[in-house]
Amino acid sequence: MSTSTPPIATRPLSDAVRPGPLRAVLQMRAVSKLLLLVLIAAVAVPLLQAKYGAAWPSSLTVDVSGPLGKTSDWIIDNRDSHWLFVYFLGHLSNAVVISVRGVYLLLLALGWTGVTAGVTLLAWRVAGLRIAVTALVSFLVSGLLGMWVPTMQTFALMVVAVAVSVAVGALLGLAAGLSERLFRILRPVLDTMQVLPAFAYLLPVVLVFGIGVPAALLATVIYAAPPMARLTALGLRGADAGVLEAVSSLGATGRQRLLTARLPLARKELLLGVNQTIMMALGMVVIASMIGAAGLGDRVYQALASVDVGAALSAAIPIVLLAIVMDRTTAAAGERLGADTAAAGPKWLRGRLAWVGVAVVTAVLALVGRVSGSLVWPDAWAVDLARPVNDFKEWMVDHLYSGVPVVGGTADWAAHFTDWVLNPLRDGLTALPWYATLLIVAALAWLIGTWRTALTAVLAMAAIGVLGVWKPSMNTLSQVIAALAVTLVLGFGIGVLAAGSKRFEAILRPVLDVMQTMPQFVYLIPVVALFAVGRAPAAAAAVVYALPAVIRITTQGLRQVDPAAMESAQSLGATRWQMLRQVQLPLARPSLLLAVNQGVVMVLAVVIIGGLVGGGALGYDVVTGLATGDLGLGLVAGVAIVCLGLMLDRVTQPTERRTAGKGA
Amino acid sequence: MSRKRTMTIGAAALAGAAVLSLSLSSCGKADMTKQTSPFAAAKGSKSVTLSVQTWVGAQSNVAVAKYLLEHEMGYHVDTVQVDEIPAWDALSQGRVDAILEDWGHPDQEKRYVKDKKTITAGGGNGVTGHIGWFVPKYWADKHPEVKSWKNLNKFAKQLRTSESGNKGQLMDGSPSYVTNDKALVKNLKLNYEVVFAGSEAAQITQIQQFAKEKKPFLTYWYEPQWLFNQVPMEEVKLPKYTDACAAKGAKDPKSIDCAYPTTPLQKFFNTEFAKKGGSAAAFLKNFKWTKDDQNEVSESIASGGLSADEAAKRWVGKHPDVWKKWLPKKK
Repeated sequence: MSTSTPPIATRPLSDAVRPGPLRAVLQMRAVSKLLLLVLIAAVAVPLLQAKYGAAWPSSLTVDVSGPLGKTSDWIIDNRDSHWLFVYFLGHLSNAVVISVRGVYLLLLALGWTGVTAGVTLLAWRVAGLRIAVTALVSFLVSGLLGMWVPTMQTFALMVVAVAVSVAVGALLGLAAGLSERLFRILRPVLDTMQVLPAFAYLLPVVLVFGIGVPAALLATVIYAAPPMARLTALGLRGADAGVLEAVSSLGATGRQRLLTARLPLARKELLLGVNQTIMMALGMVVIASMIGAAGLGDRVYQALASVDVGAALSAAIPIVLLAIVMDRTTAAAGERLGADTAAAGPKWLRGRLAWVGVAVVTAVLALVGRVSGSLVWPDAWAVDLARPVNDFKEWMVDHLYSGVPVVGGTADWAAHFTDWVLNPLRDGLTALPWYATLLIVAALAWLIGTWRTALTAVLAMAAIGVLGVWKPSMNTLSQVIAALAVTLVLGFGIGVLAAGSKRFEAILRPVLDVMQTMPQFVYLIPVVALFAVGRAPAAAAAVVYALPAVIRITTQGLRQVDPAAMESAQSLGATRWQMLRQVQLPLARPSLLLAVNQGVVMVLAVVIIGGLVGGGALGYDVVTGLATGDLGLGLVAGVAIVCLGLMLDRVTQPTERRTAGKGA
Repeated sequence: MSRKRTMTIGAAALAGAAVLSLSLSSCGKADMTKQTSPFAAAKGSKSVTLSVQTWVGAQSNVAVAKYLLEHEMGYHVDTVQVDEIPAWDALSQGRVDAILEDWGHPDQEKRYVKDKKTITAGGGNGVTGHIGWFVPKYWADKHPEVKSWKNLNKFAKQLRTSESGNKGQLMDGSPSYVTNDKALVKNLKLNYEVVFAGSEAAQITQIQQFAKEKKPFLTYWYEPQWLFNQVPMEEVKLPKYTDACAAKGAKDPKSIDCAYPTTPLQKFFNTEFAKKGGSAAAFLKNFKWTKDDQNEVSESIASGGLSADEAAKRWVGKHPDVWKKWLPKKK
């Protein structure tokens, strides 16, 4: 498991190959669905047009800014006196502060020698020598970049956030894994949580907890707990029925059965869940800094405010390294579970004694560091990365921005992209009558899913209208569609190439890793420098972010195509191009659909952050809400983003939901 | 089996720690409005937390205050980046101790200073701020008439971009900044579209890009600002600011049709800190300098490539006569 996004792991690919006759029936079903929709449209459209007109009718909107403003005032006025805050949320927030502080003080007490040694040995113990070396180098580099203290702050925050997310997720997953009813209730909730862009709920969290670590931690937990819950439920439900029966026939009680059979059988999924949770939590580091999380994220954010890409990169590299170390360590630990124990490192690193060894060596090195008098990384060893990076950025911008012969500069491309793609799309979507939009959404969602998915999608769109943000939402939607189109063209193209060549894939892998873990804020400013303020840089940043997932899923999908089918095609004398077009791509269709689905969710997440660089629309409203404490504006935009996400997810959701699968 | 046991032990330890930290805090009331950052005062030192806003002038105030507090007075200073209005909220809760540069937020002032009394006014920081519309000097020299709003419509065509469509582009910055530009464009019947860059960083980057190509632009901007030294700009005259117009605007922000006021920038402290903050509070109360001082620091941060700390150090070395007066007298 590399640093890919969680839903990839959690959404099983079913019905990969559909037999011919069934397909024909399906197509007929599609035709009948369409016919039915056309019929409905024929009746409803003239009526709606006559009654309301083409723009979203103002009589069908609800203005919620009044009550929301009152809620926000109430919270601010009662935060220091009402029992809800004083006796419940206050303790919650206190506990967060105390735990994070505890971990942070421990890390400081260990000093840089102790922390580096401890992490390296731990990685060696659970994941092997190669990953231990990665960990060692990563921590040394963080120190070298002069980022030791912020790295420790982020590390402390991550330890607590991951622990809480894992605990919350495991509890939810346990409930869903053991009770069919809870499972049914939780599934749509978790589905929704995963398409929620984190940006959308920063504001309410801040309002309740105020700026600072508790709010940041809670936002992170909301974002990072769902994969743990999903995978726990998946693991528990997937346990081999035969084994369970055998255990209960031995007379084990329910609790014993859970502890001795079901949980151990599910440990692979559990560890994968931990792994995914860590990645999600690290993904939130920078976004959480917008609400005062401190640490590395704050350094990135502060550097951006003074347009210092170099300084931002110096803080972003430790984030990427932390992510890689934590990902590889937990992933390797997961793979080793159940594998032969003899593989787990050298002999003296095995068994319970090894843990003692790790502790002792760490303590000794921590002492050595303390005696030599440098608890934090010595300043003299720091390397200044900022200046060369900034020089490089300047050079790049100077040479690419405009006036490049033949192809034109990046600013010209951006202008063309805005004029020829974004503007027509936006104007078209805004001008399209609202009922037509709803019908199109219904048709797309129904064709690809069930009438339920169609209903969810249509209701989500209708909610946007009711909230009175139809126009900005259509603007955001146009940006998503345009960025998605670029992402898919590039992603499928590169994916096909990577599937064809192992060497190309190997070269690509580290690049994709970095692209996926690099905080989006780092490249927001360079894209402005290249593409000028507006919607184009937002789209460009979205493409950078979503591309790796699309490439990976495409490659994987093409690789998994049944070799027998390939061989028979080859024996029939098909050329490489014919094979790709007529065998591989059709057989990999479910993967490609999944790639589209993932692309959509990720593009949306970044397009709204594009509000920070002139993307406008919903993202801008969220930023404004955050910056001005305007709950009405920010929350409505946030809810609209969630609705857009839901709609887009349902419209592109691969077919597997139709069969009531067991996937969590 | 041993691995499973370690997993359970780990889980138990984790749960134990969670319960412990909860119970540590759960003796009676827990006022979450009185919690400091977990990273503050880590080595048992006296510490102060300052809020930094996104513009560089605010960073300069904080950099110099931080440098002096740390090197002259033995404090440890934490800085937190917060937007303007959330900063007021954070200040009232004691998450930060001081705001060193506020551009005027009457609503917040009424709520926190007058009604709740959780924030105390700290006087001016010596700098006067001014917001306005600006065009680059190289363009204004060629077309001096652009310096009045009355002629702006003639130039709309030159200022159009793909974001502003058929209209001219008036670039605004971060949504947290005080702006009436949408109302102004409408009420003055200007053929312009307000395009929000979304953040000051994006806005500066775009201005630098325009300047490099000597392209015309029109932007919301403010003084004091270091960027003027790099990209000289001239102000576009808007209808004169009057008290009557301000009163009208206070009632209905959409009706504003005059220029922005000139604001002496203010400091604000958390009330608790102002009372019990000792010499740090006294020092921050005394903190007062000039626009030139601030710009000197700002420019070395923003275009001189110095870190905020180095820039502060350089200024402190050059101007002892200014900052010596801020230090509280030793008893």
